[in-house]
Amino acid sequence: MSVATQPVGAAAPVTVPDSEAKTNRLMALLQLPSVAALFVWMLVPLALTIYFSFIRFSLVNPDVKGFAGIENYQFLVEDESFWPAIINTIILVGAVLVITVVFGVLLAVLYDREFFGKNVATLLVIAPFFVMPTVSALIWKNFIMHPVYGLVALAFKAVGLPPIDWFGDIPLASIIIIVSWEWLPFAFLILYTSLKSLDAEQKEAAAIDGANTLQMFFFIIVPHLKRAVGVVVMIETIFLLSIFAEIYTTTSGGPGHATTNLAFLIYSLGLQQFNVGIGSAGGILAVILANIVAYFLVKMMAQNLKGR
Amino acid sequence: MKKDTILGIIGWIVAAIIFFPLFWMIITAFKTEQGAYSPDLIFIPTLESFKDVFARSNYLAFMLNSIIISIGSTLVCFLFAIPAAYSMSFFPTPKTQPRLLWMLSTKMMPAVGVLMPIYFLFKLFGLLDNVLGLIIIYALMNLPIAVWMSYTYFCEIPGAILEAGRIDGANLWEELWHLLRPMALPGLSSTGLILVIFAWNEAFWSLNLTSAKAAPLTVFIASYSSPEGLFWAKLSAASLLAVAPIMVLGWMTQKQLVKGLTFGAVK
Amino acid sequence: MKRIAFPLLAVLITGVSVLAQQKTVTIATVNNPPMLELKKLSSKFEEKNPDIKLNWVIVEENVLRQRVTTDVTTGSGQFDAVYIGPYETPIFAKRGWLKEMANIPADYDIDDVFKSLRDVLSYDGKLYGLPFYGESSMLMYRKDLLEAKGLTMPEQPKYEDIKKIADAVTDKGKGVYGITLRGKPGWGENMAFLSTLINTFGGVWFDMKWNPMLDSSEWKKAIGFYIDLMKADGPPGASSNGFNENLTLMTSGKACMWIDATVAGGMLENGKESQVAGKMGYAPAPIEATPNGSHWLWTWAFAIPKAAKQAEAAEKFALWATSKDYIKLVADDIGWSDVPPGTRKSTYENPEYKKAPFTATTLQALLTADPTNPAIKPVPYTGIQFVGIPEFQSFGTVVGQNISGALAGKMSLEEALKASQTAVGRAVKQAGYQK
Repeated sequence: MSVATQPVGAAAPVTVPDSEAKTNRLMALLQLPSVAALFVWMLVPLALTIYFSFIRFSLVNPDVKGFAGIENYQFLVEDESFWPAIINTIILVGAVLVITVVFGVLLAVLYDREFFGKNVATLLVIAPFFVMPTVSALIWKNFIMHPVYGLVALAFKAVGLPPIDWFGDIPLASIIIIVSWEWLPFAFLILYTSLKSLDAEQKEAAAIDGANTLQMFFFIIVPHLKRAVGVVVMIETIFLLSIFAEIYTTTSGGPGHATTNLAFLIYSLGLQQFNVGIGSAGGILAVILANIVAYFLVKMMAQNLKGR
Repeated sequence: MKKDTILGIIGWIVAAIIFFPLFWMIITAFKTEQGAYSPDLIFIPTLESFKDVFARSNYLAFMLNSIIISIGSTLVCFLFAIPAAYSMSFFPTPKTQPRLLWMLSTKMMPAVGVLMPIYFLFKLFGLLDNVLGLIIIYALMNLPIAVWMSYTYFCEIPGAILEAGRIDGANLWEELWHLLRPMALPGLSSTGLILVIFAWNEAFWSLNLTSAKAAPLTVFIASYSSPEGLFWAKLSAASLLAVAPIMVLGWMTQKQLVKGLTFGAVK
Repeated sequence: MKRIAFPLLAVLITGVSVLAQQKTVTIATVNNPPMLELKKLSSKFEEKNPDIKLNWVIVEENVLRQRVTTDVTTGSGQFDAVYIGPYETPIFAKRGWLKEMANIPADYDIDDVFKSLRDVLSYDGKLYGLPFYGESSMLMYRKDLLEAKGLTMPEQPKYEDIKKIADAVTDKGKGVYGITLRGKPGWGENMAFLSTLINTFGGVWFDMKWNPMLDSSEWKKAIGFYIDLMKADGPPGASSNGFNENLTLMTSGKACMWIDATVAGGMLENGKESQVAGKMGYAPAPIEATPNGSHWLWTWAFAIPKAAKQAEAAEKFALWATSKDYIKLVADDIGWSDVPPGTRKSTYENPEYKKAPFTATTLQALLTADPTNPAIKPVPYTGIQFVGIPEFQSFGTVVGQNISGALAGKMSLEEALKASQTAVGRAVKQAGYQK
């Protein structure tokens, strides 16, 4: 296929042979195991969770029993941390998405060139993704951000500035920094791999046509990356909505409810006292929130999610 | 050439900044507990902390479990995901998009909300403290991601080449193995690596659904993360041990990625 | 792929363990030094009992609590011996989820074990836990820093004495802080200490009708005192400092006073890990309006879940681990000052043990802590540093978060107490305590 007639990166639609019906059935069959497995996986726990959310059920206090109606939901929604938790969740997800996608794209473009020792440098950039979230959080909390021993505090003291109490003064921002650091490699990896399928010939043709670096970036690279960015955003969003370990390890949702997100709130009010009813109600509320977020996300990214 | 050197320097600076917290953790692993709190770059390295870690925990058993669970669940995942992604990408129907989104939606329930139902189910089926239990959960947990990522990478592969192969008389298996595989390998390698990492680092289910026999490295780390007394050097040593196998795997997959990339360019 | 297959196979082969026809006792426990020493010495137990193999599950406290509670309350039988405290034991025992410790031989000398510990591990007169170590809380201070300012610590300090000393000693420019206290939110973190503070200032969590009393003047006075003290004389980042962070501040010489668990004594005097060994003084926890509830009582003890598969073997192990012989074993191994403290009278009568500077104060604290009388007036609950109901794990932490927020300056004291009052009220109402 010559470059002139084929937009780079897009593939021609597959022409379906005459035995169409047979092929279609085969294709549907190929998807069946995944769909069936996920269906069961979704349905069974979901059904149980919905059931539990409507009863009073505490593992440690069997006196708490009986039908609860919407009591569990009320308990959560009327808690004064509920709406702050929703807002914190959205801020956390949004900020990390922006940071990881923007820097991910920049890094991917930067690393698209050859330079000395690139393989090692790439591994270093990807490294944070290999580390368990609990360990990452502990490293940042104690080695870097601690106001007395942390490296940042020591650096500040060396130049005579008072140290920042990261988790006391700007707790949500601190969590955002940690989570972005953890997820940047993921975004980078996906975007970088996608960039590799960008036809070198088209880049050369554009260069010959006189495109400078900036034009190249915005008119060739960014459009090509749209699909990959879509994947990154969708997957990260799903994970970021239920960030838990980093908050649990560093701030326990505090100070006050500054870093409480919905997942942590569910833990705090439900799981921590082994109240399955409240925890389940929280789970359902989280699903509702996630679906709302997904709806808006899909609307925004409809272009990116189209197939070939 | 000048351009590449400047970019190279920038690239290295960025890599150094990103890697720095881990660099610090690595050198702390070789310090004594007392020295772990000071910012010294120059110190006498010691293997004391590693010795303590090996004495305290049966590292090999944990690592073995992590390997079995991560690779096992990823293989199961691919078994289900690749056929699905293939059919969705090369034979799209109006149902494809909604179906993909629905798959992703199965991940929307935060684990903290659904822990108890799963725990009860697992107890019922005897899957508690059982590697099979975790393999199943992780496979299901990662399946939407595997499908999505494979689908995305497949979409970047021109169908015409496959069609040409079909016209030449190749059957489905030959088509997949000889034509699709080389072109899809870099994408699938990234996907596989990411799936393994997700399974390797997953700490919520593994902590709650295993105890002694099936416990992976995430449980191993939980015995170093917040005890009484000084624990920095030991935590760093333990973390290094927990990350090392996965780093090795990542390094090996990187080579695959880089090698296969020249096939990915559309000609 | 091939490059992975061979090493993987090798690992698999070397990793396969021999199936033994032994009784495997699975123990769930916490990752602190006394427990790790027990694991180390447990090979001696296995030598004496070759038909029993011990399987250790060692995790941090919060994870342990989560796992053990889930296991015990659902009867899953994952663990044969669990490590729990006086908070869970009565709650579990009440529901019949634990096996009674019934087969205690005479030479175990059960009367040697402190009665207060036995009481908090019992329910309805029956014993359900064997204490491995016990602790209370006390004041630990740097004698040298006080001497330098010409100050001495009263025998029973009051909180106003503490403020005076802290103000005098603090020198933030030099990085010396008069006092450090727990600030990290959690029912077993900052609330453990703050409960004792509130008790001694005359406050209570609930009145006899289970109305929460967090908006009382005593709470305001106590928490206000805490926040002012920490702002004036405490280290930065106090709102995320837990036991460990404070221990580090003390051992690195940065803080002068610390009110926390008596087990810290051994760590502070450990020459290898502490720069202040030999410079410390120990005094009873400060009091204010009443000595009741001014210092806590806690023990980590072995209990056996009802669903345990190897209950008999587990009990044998628990008896061994909490026996006089075991304590002697530890003394021979790492010295008397590091034996599991606070469980037996005989430990405190040992001349070697008495030599350590913290043992006398610890003993006194252990003998005078009374969880059945935690406050200045009668209350419907037991527990000094906790309220002995299952819901406390949740609302206790919420209160801890609010106070931590006030300490960090994110909200005012009034806001924090008001929010806490509301949260506690909702929680006990939901659980049906208020009739």
